[in-house]
Amino acid sequence: MSNIPVSAFLALALILFCIGLYGALTKRNTVIVLISIELMLNAVNINLVTFSKYGPAPSINGQVFALFAIAVAAAEAAVGLAILIALYRNRKTVNIDEMNQLKH
Amino acid sequence: MLSGEFIAFIALALAAIMGGVLLLNLTKVVHMVVAIVFTFVSIAGIYVLLSAEFLAAVQILIYSGAITIIMLFGIMLTKHNDESEAKGIGWRKVFMFLGVLAFGAAVYIGIYDLDFASEPSELHVKNTEQIGLALYSDYIIPFELTSVVLLVALVGAIILARKDDGGKGEDKK
Repeated sequence: MSNIPVSAFLALALILFCIGLYGALTKRNTVIVLISIELMLNAVNINLVTFSKYGPAPSINGQVFALFAIAVAAAEAAVGLAILIALYRNRKTVNIDEMNQLKH
Repeated sequence: MLSGEFIAFIALALAAIMGGVLLLNLTKVVHMVVAIVFTFVSIAGIYVLLSAEFLAAVQILIYSGAITIIMLFGIMLTKHNDESEAKGIGWRKVFMFLGVLAFGAAVYIGIYDLDFASEPSELHVKNTEQIGLALYSDYIIPFELTSVVLLVALVGAIILARKDDGGKGEDKK
């Protein structure tokens, strides 16, 4: 039916997940770290939708799970931004290597 | 053998990966957010290729619209030094890169020849109606719980981001 192999979609999701993981581990600005986490969640959603179409038993359930994942990701972004702004009000920084209050 | 579907997949995948690489390599924070919009829109195109039209619309609305705007607000409301990254290549970054590369290679070994003998699906026929039927029959309890999650996130975000002056003293009110 289709000539795009299922591993191509999975490889794309893997590459995006690795980019998001590297960004979340190395970036200094906390907003960019949050965006990288969103990118990782998007890669997982690609996997869910791929298996929803090309998996051993295709059904709509994968797309429904991706919808739930998007809803939780939106809630996580809002709460993460709120924590970031509260932290910025106390410490006047958004750099992640200066948020080391627990070390002292 | 080079069908239009395959060409569309290659173009969308290249745009998505290019957005991700730009996210890693640009120096200004606002440019990074604009680069990630490319990735989000390309992922919406990938969803269309996977016959998930409703999810593509949701992706455009929520990721390219809402989350990008909320991240831009987060950048605006906080003082960011324009050049976000520290100068020089630290050994920490090199080890992180090697670790992520090893993770990617390990997963790629698992997926590179994966193939299922799946029957052709009917997902593209009335896609939104199928999702609605599944949401309101099989997944009704998670669907209702999602509303609770969103409400808790809304209240929690407001409480966390609110200025707490006047919270302690009773004489303010």
